[in-house]
Amino acid sequence: MAKSHISMTVNGKKVEELVEPRTLLIHFLREQLQLTGPHIGCETSHCGACTVDLDGKSVKSCTVFAVQANGADIRTIEGMAAADGTLHALQEAFREMHGLQCGFCTPGMITRAYRLLQENKNPTEDEIRVGISGNLCRCTGYQNIVKAIQYAAAKMSGVPFQEAAE
Amino acid sequence: MIPGAFAYHRPTSVKEAVSLLGNLGDDARALAGGHSLIPMMKLRLASPAHLVDLAGVADLMGIREDGRDVVIGVMTTQHEVIASEPLAKKIPILRETSLLIADPQVRYVGTIGGNVANGDPGNDMPAVMICLNATYHVTGKSGDRRIAAREFYQGAYFTALEPGEIVTAIRVPAPAAGHGYAYEKLKRKVGDYATAAAAVVLTMTGGKVASCSIGLTNVAETPLWAEEAGKILIGSALDAATVKKAVAAAEAITSPASDGRGPAAYRTKMAGVMLTRALARAKERASA
Repeated sequence: MAKSHISMTVNGKKVEELVEPRTLLIHFLREQLQLTGPHIGCETSHCGACTVDLDGKSVKSCTVFAVQANGADIRTIEGMAAADGTLHALQEAFREMHGLQCGFCTPGMITRAYRLLQENKNPTEDEIRVGISGNLCRCTGYQNIVKAIQYAAAKMSGVPFQEAAE
Repeated sequence: MIPGAFAYHRPTSVKEAVSLLGNLGDDARALAGGHSLIPMMKLRLASPAHLVDLAGVADLMGIREDGRDVVIGVMTTQHEVIASEPLAKKIPILRETSLLIADPQVRYVGTIGGNVANGDPGNDMPAVMICLNATYHVTGKSGDRRIAAREFYQGAYFTALEPGEIVTAIRVPAPAAGHGYAYEKLKRKVGDYATAAAAVVLTMTGGKVASCSIGLTNVAETPLWAEEAGKILIGSALDAATVKKAVAAAEAITSPASDGRGPAAYRTKMAGVMLTRALARAKERASA
């Protein structure tokens, strides 16, 4: 099958590649661009480990063809920290609040939480839980992920983080 | 899970899209958000030789008001349905339903058109469109036509669309101001299809039901319009005895499969429970 020429911006860098139309975005990112942060979990659009930010939307990159993303602006977990290595508020928050254990779901959780906080700067706990309902974590029980997102929301808004009373 | 090979087409007009689909024939499928089709292709349950991506067709996008109707382009995503002010104001059951579909990521990409046109009995919008008496605008090689949602669904994944035709827009008549509505969906987890679900739109006058329309999801090969159940409720104050009679009438038209969501008898019962809850909530929301 003839390959298609696609170009897009990934983590601020222009990329141009040839892909087979059937190449899924997750395989394109991981295998052609060597961006192995987005993970392949369930491969059935349930788990959210492959979540990336695409033109201001959180998408499951296992359920999008790379050709559909032609011309898009994509951000993966690799594009979250500053160029000098300073962690993004969400990355720092997941570390500080123990928002990860095995770490497999973390890239998807953080890229999803990033978009959630772009749309809602000060979400309630319920809004966070609904907002990450497309991301599965089998370790944490979600409690510390929710806390980490609250921590990041506070930090990004420049207010001190106050942990809710147990 | 890697789908079979296919050729990718990205038309920029409806005309070009239907001409491609018409010429390529049975080997071609239209691609909307892809969140039903791509999973099927990954499982090789679908292996189209050609995909005609509708994402570049501007005429298939957007939500506009046309008199009392709202016309929704098929490529409108669930996320856009949820965010739409005119829909929230005039037809709020659509927002309530969209929020119960899949999860945030899927809703950013999944479209209302794909949801109604795919013919999957598990999809939520078809029963809601039947409840609202929506009409689908359809275009094919031989021209345009309109199909009532109530006539559209003929079997699982089998619709009134002829080969090469696509739905371009959904025309929804706004229910009367002050109407009550609810979509109640029983599911096992976020992202699941309904074990059973019920859509209700009703109006009340002087404490009595003036009009009532009911749709049921995933309890038959097609979405169901529970016409008889709706009729039973008209003129009543939604008292327990009449509701029970209507629920029995709705349950009687179901024929669900026994599957991972439960045995058929259970799913029929749950359709009744969802309907009872939807009626109660719609009543609360209606201005008498």
